[in-house]
Amino acid sequence: MTRDEIRIYVLDYLAGRLTCKKWVEMVTDYLEGSLSLWPRIRFHLHLGLCNGCRHYLQQVRTTIKTTQQLPREPTPPHVREELIRRFRSMSSS
Amino acid sequence: MTPRLEETCRSSEAVGRTGALTEEAVLIQRLRAGDETAFTEMVNRYHRALIRLALAHVSDRSVAEEVVQDVWMAVLEGIDRFEGRSSLKTWVFSILTNKAKTRGVRESRSIAMSALSAEGEEGDDPTVDPSRFRTNGHWKDYWTDYPQSWDEGTPERRLLEKEGAGLLEQAIAALPSRLKQVLIMRDVEGLDSKDVCVLLSISEANQRVLLHRARGKVRQAMETYLEGQASFS
Repeated sequence: MTRDEIRIYVLDYLAGRLTCKKWVEMVTDYLEGSLSLWPRIRFHLHLGLCNGCRHYLQQVRTTIKTTQQLPREPTPPHVREELIRRFRSMSSS
Repeated sequence: MTPRLEETCRSSEAVGRTGALTEEAVLIQRLRAGDETAFTEMVNRYHRALIRLALAHVSDRSVAEEVVQDVWMAVLEGIDRFEGRSSLKTWVFSILTNKAKTRGVRESRSIAMSALSAEGEEGDDPTVDPSRFRTNGHWKDYWTDYPQSWDEGTPERRLLEKEGAGLLEQAIAALPSRLKQVLIMRDVEGLDSKDVCVLLSISEANQRVLLHRARGKVRQAMETYLEGQASFS
């Protein structure tokens, strides 16, 4: 076994053999800060040994960030005009 | 309907961000005074988001437009009674949620619609396709087909920068109703998780489950597209 393989086996053992399949289901709890101490430690230990999960987390983060930056389309002019018309009739009543 | 939110929801937004609060307080004052530009400003800020959200309840675009118009009228009528215990945004969204819900129920004339909004459709299916994990050996349930990096310089990242917004809109539109509502409120509009719980009458744990499924589906849609395209380039 190479040093790297040994490292992976040890980390995986320390993480309580948390599988990738289970790990991906913890991502939102992790991002929401709702993992308690031990699950959080296991989560991090696994992250340290697994490139697939590191990429997975990066993909989720990128997805969220892109969602937060969705462009705001302007209100269609006819809708805005209609609303303003109603607004005027309301304020004058 | 709106008073419930006012009573139960003491948004951290209202207490925390003093800068935003002052700006918001000014906007509210102007609305109360019948200031037309203040109204236009608010419409510009939230109209698109409200349409998106309304579409999580009603299937038809024109019905969504009507619902949102109703919301704006209710906002104008209610602004004098708005006490600012939740943020203005949360308050406006709560009106939308109530109106769209009522309308959605009235609209669900077909069985198909109610089946669509049923719990089952949100699915208990795993976030990641099980076939991407190993099926046996010491590393059973660890990746076999692992996700690619979307780092700077990767073809995926370049595609994402170019087509990301359009892709996302599609992926979000395809989400089941509850998932869509949570994702829009949290990730598109950046509402507090507490506010979203009150708006949708769900527990924090329930919200996390919905958010998890929604983000999972959206990520999956992005991955499928990006990696499919990237392999050609």
